[in-house]
Amino acid sequence: MRVVLDPLALHGAFIREIEAISEQNLLACNQCGRCSAGCPLVEEMDLLPNQIIRPAQLGLDTVVDSTSPWLCAACLMCEARCPKGVDLPRIMDALRQIALRRGESRVVAGDVDPALLAGAPQMAIVGALRRGEK
Amino acid sequence: MKSRIGVFVCHCGHNIASSVDVPGLAETLRRHPDVAFAADYKYMCSDPGQQLIRQAIADHRLDGVVVAACSPAMHETTFRRTAEGAGVNPYRCECANIREQVSWVHQHDQPAATAKAGDIVRSIVERVRQDECLEPLTLALTRRCVVIGGGIAGMQAALDVAGAGYPVVLIERQSALGGRMAQLSGTYLTLEGGSERLAQMIAAIERHANIQVLTEAEVTACSGYVGNFQVEVRTGRPGGAEVTPFTLDAGAIVVATGWDPYDLSRLPEVGGGLLPDVVSTLDFERMLAPGGRLARPSDGVVPRQVVFIHCAGSRDPEHGVPYCSKTCCMVVAKQAMMFRQRVPEGQAYAFYIDLRTAGKGYEEYVRRSAEEHGVLYLRGKVSAVAAENGRLRVSGADTLSDLAVDILADLVVLATPMVPADGAVPLGQTLHISTDADGFFNEAHPKLRPVETLTAGVYLAGTCQGPRDIPETLAQASGAAAKVMQLFSHAEMTQSPTVAAVVEDLCAACATCVGTCPYGARSLHPVRAVAVVNPALCQGCGACVVACPNKACFVRNWRPTQVMAMLDQVGWSGDL
Ligand SMILES: Cc1cc2nc3c(=O)[nH]c(=O)nc-3n(C[C@H](O)[C@H](O)[C@H](O)COP(=O)(O)OP(=O)(O)OC[C@H]3O[C@@H](n4cnc5c(N)ncnc54)[C@H](O)[C@@H]3O)c2cc1C
Ligand code: SF4
Ligand code: SF4
Ligand code: SF4
Ligand code: SF4
Ligand code: SF4
Repeated sequence: MRVVLDPLALHGAFIREIEAISEQNLLACNQCGRCSAGCPLVEEMDLLPNQIIRPAQLGLDTVVDSTSPWLCAACLMCEARCPKGVDLPRIMDALRQIALRRGESRVVAGDVDPALLAGAPQMAIVGALRRGEK
Repeated sequence: MKSRIGVFVCHCGHNIASSVDVPGLAETLRRHPDVAFAADYKYMCSDPGQQLIRQAIADHRLDGVVVAACSPAMHETTFRRTAEGAGVNPYRCECANIREQVSWVHQHDQPAATAKAGDIVRSIVERVRQDECLEPLTLALTRRCVVIGGGIAGMQAALDVAGAGYPVVLIERQSALGGRMAQLSGTYLTLEGGSERLAQMIAAIERHANIQVLTEAEVTACSGYVGNFQVEVRTGRPGGAEVTPFTLDAGAIVVATGWDPYDLSRLPEVGGGLLPDVVSTLDFERMLAPGGRLARPSDGVVPRQVVFIHCAGSRDPEHGVPYCSKTCCMVVAKQAMMFRQRVPEGQAYAFYIDLRTAGKGYEEYVRRSAEEHGVLYLRGKVSAVAAENGRLRVSGADTLSDLAVDILADLVVLATPMVPADGAVPLGQTLHISTDADGFFNEAHPKLRPVETLTAGVYLAGTCQGPRDIPETLAQASGAAAKVMQLFSHAEMTQSPTVAAVVEDLCAACATCVGTCPYGARSLHPVRAVAVVNPALCQGCGACVVACPNKACFVRNWRPTQVMAMLDQVGWSGDL
């Protein structure tokens, strides 16, 4: 795939929005991959945690469509390990908020499978609804 | 006269004694007809061990010493000094290596190891029997240093040597001192101070009583050897009016000829030499310099989107040079930050393969360029740069996002490698020092002797040996200067007397040895029709001895008769 880097996007609304919500400097990430190496959820994610950051650095907002921010458990493993002090769960959070601002709720209470509701811990369900509903 | 040789066998703690029967060996040697005294001791190199040797020399009027211990590379000097202190000529003291050559390699067979140690010791006894008493040779020393190249490296070396009180002649082929540093906009890490320091150095050199500066000068020939070089210098522009060759006597030479920029036209795929707005980092230095014009060469417009391409021509054995130029990652970071300071609304991009910024504070510097100045580093090479509606389409890749990336740029800066200064290879031939496949001068040893060359008395400073930045250049220049000062700290030079000699009655002046000697130590006497040896150049390698068809050559204390007598002692079963 070829993209033309847009200088306006590099200083544009998308990057500014992520950095404003997360209070992180995206360019602080040097793509070492340590976050992905330790993340317990990479098997389920379509993009690794470091692969979430890279398109964002380039100003490519396609990353908003990734499933990874929704799978992130905010376990803080990546944040604890990152050699550059990047608080990645905050960036995941920012991406979820941007996605919600742009579109519909990702989790709708009425749509949740009752079987799952019966088996899953209450905390998990409340947490999922809290961050996935617009 | 019967020789009076003492043999001293060392246990080396358990190093030798665990596989060689050391007391037994000493006992056997006592019965040797040419051995007047033999003893063993736990550590022969220790003070009591050396005292034992001195005492035995005095008590038994010894005139030769064999120390059966470790390699002569380890302690030959130690034991020769011990022997000399007790009145034995040091060249009649030899080491028999029964550690590296015996105990360490035959740890599981004591009888065989002991027998082999005996053979080696007896062979060295034979050698000492025929060793001559020799005196070290002394050679006159010209305490003047010639420095070739007046860049930062040559200037630092000149100031250090001159500061120690020795005269220096600094030879620069351009009309002014300063070298490439004079063309830089500012130098990392702090940008300020570089040009002031350079100006101070030039001023210090020009007023230094011990430094003679020759500009528009080049070395055209060099003969002689360490301590006694004759350097022929030509001044004046080639083809110009005044061209006066003259000869300088010098004891040491520091080569500091620096680097040249890579030819941009070797990079046509990225517009090098074809598109006016594709420039080199050295060109960009001039645009960023105080008083320089930061503008596109094509139309004079201030560039906003600037793309840097790392490793342009370097790390590319297929199309360019194979090596890493070591400084350009830092140079790009510096220039990108300077550009952003001058054009705050601008954006800098840098295509790189790896960021190689090993140096104190360097990693932090490059991170700052990204985190504080927004330089966007893209991990990948650029394949093409093409003109498009007055701008440049840069087609690269970012392997971190697995994307092919195009950027529409106003200016492209190629971080091209340093290449050796024009004329380095022929200068190397003139000075008898070698160059590597890329044309940089070779150091004497890649790990252990970084400022010397294989030609004694010729030293290297700065980028003529390989790409490096200013701090590293200065450190190496001061290192080369220290070598010169070490050489000049002696009133005269001493040289080992175990060099080659010619038996004139046997020599036919066939000159076979002249062509064989790898050190240029041999020549035919201009009048007497015999070969002669220059002891200052002879390394005692023995090549001439083997080559001479008339057996007219020998190396002192390695005479063929000695070698034969030694062989008779080693593994000779009598029935071949
Ligand atoms: C674009 C660029 C930017 C850089 N920026 C920095 C920086 O910010 N900080 C930093 O630390 N380093 C920087 N460097 C590296 C720095 O330029 C070198 O480390 C430094 O110039 C090396 O000095 P030198 O004396 O070895 O060589 P040079 O500066 O090349 O000096 C060699 C001198 O020898 C003369 N000479 C050559 N051949 C002969 C001959 N046969 N006879 C007589 N004289 C001869 C030349 O005319 C020249 O004056 C940069 C390099 C580049 C390419
Ligand atoms: S660990 Fe930190 S620096 Fe490394 S890739 Fe992840 S976020 Fe980036
Ligand atoms: S916080 Fe999210 S991204 Fe980071 S390790 Fe945990 S699950 Fe993975
Ligand atoms: S220093 Fe950097 S830009 Fe220069 S050749 Fe090495 S890796 Fe490439
Ligand atoms: S090779 Fe032997 S004979 Fe020939 S010139 Fe040399 S020393 Fe003399
Ligand atoms: S011993 Fe070696 S260095 Fe000495 S003259 Fe003979 S060939 Fe040359």
